[in-house]
Amino acid sequence: MMDFILNPWPWWFSGALISAVMFALIFFGKTFGFSSNLRTICAMTFGRRVKFFDFDWRENTWNLTFLVGAALGGWISYQYMHGGIAVDLSDATLRDLAALGFAAPSGMQPEEVFSWDSLMTLKGFMVLAVGGFLVGFGTRYAGGCTSGHAISGLSNLQLPSLVAVIGFFIGGLVMTHLIFPYLYS
Amino acid sequence: MKFFKFLLAGTFFGIVMAQSEAMSWYRIQEMFRFQSFHMYGIIGTAVVLGVIGIFLIKKFNLKDISGQPIEFSPKEPQMIKSILGGTLFGLGWALSGACPGPIVVNVGYGVTSMLVVLFFAVLGTYTYGILRDKLPH
Repeated sequence: MMDFILNPWPWWFSGALISAVMFALIFFGKTFGFSSNLRTICAMTFGRRVKFFDFDWRENTWNLTFLVGAALGGWISYQYMHGGIAVDLSDATLRDLAALGFAAPSGMQPEEVFSWDSLMTLKGFMVLAVGGFLVGFGTRYAGGCTSGHAISGLSNLQLPSLVAVIGFFIGGLVMTHLIFPYLYS
Repeated sequence: MKFFKFLLAGTFFGIVMAQSEAMSWYRIQEMFRFQSFHMYGIIGTAVVLGVIGIFLIKKFNLKDISGQPIEFSPKEPQMIKSILGGTLFGLGWALSGACPGPIVVNVGYGVTSMLVVLFFAVLGTYTYGILRDKLPH
């Protein structure tokens, strides 16, 4: 039992718990949508002069609290549970990534992308900066991210969410299969 | 204290993202290469249970903890923004290996360079707010 909880969790267990988070928020009178926090942060900081951010951010304090919790959960997992063991990737992915110059996983994330050594190179910085920018721009343009569209929206049978998720995959497949070969080799 | 339950829900969410490895760049690569069922299983299980649960909430007119009827606001119906915004999001998701929730979970997990991703994600949302009226929706 403890082994089960402390080791990486299987998909069925994880998926069930994500829907539990969604239902908890629904019963708290809210909705599960993480990227709204990015908009709230803009409203709190440098966005007041833009109409899109001119709203009372305090009404979303609950979601910012959720965000703080998410970081805390990551810390707990690293300190007491998952602890940074190597991700057990499929053989096919290991081969594909090796061909792009990636070593086999030694933890949760590839050093090649997330180490500060990599961040200090122009390419390494641009990967994270452009990646983050597209995530933040795209999620608000689409009206939601993986939680708001793929989980909440599809659960409520929303057609725009299905279209957005199809978009997520068009973008992800283009990046992975058409752009990565030029970016990494 | 009224926010404590949201802190708890967020903490639970963060632990699930980490323990399921859905926060890992590697798992996102595996997903976009169709080489493992893991991510599809996670999202699929959440959606199937979500569809059933929301159906039951509507069928039995369940109320939330403050006694208000639970209502679901439909997503804005424009399709152009869904497909264009979704595609841009997908490009960023594969490039950085994280969507908004996991970006924050990664910071807590100790992947400090994700702060750069988070900063630029906020900047991206800000840029959208500025350009909003000029974009096709």
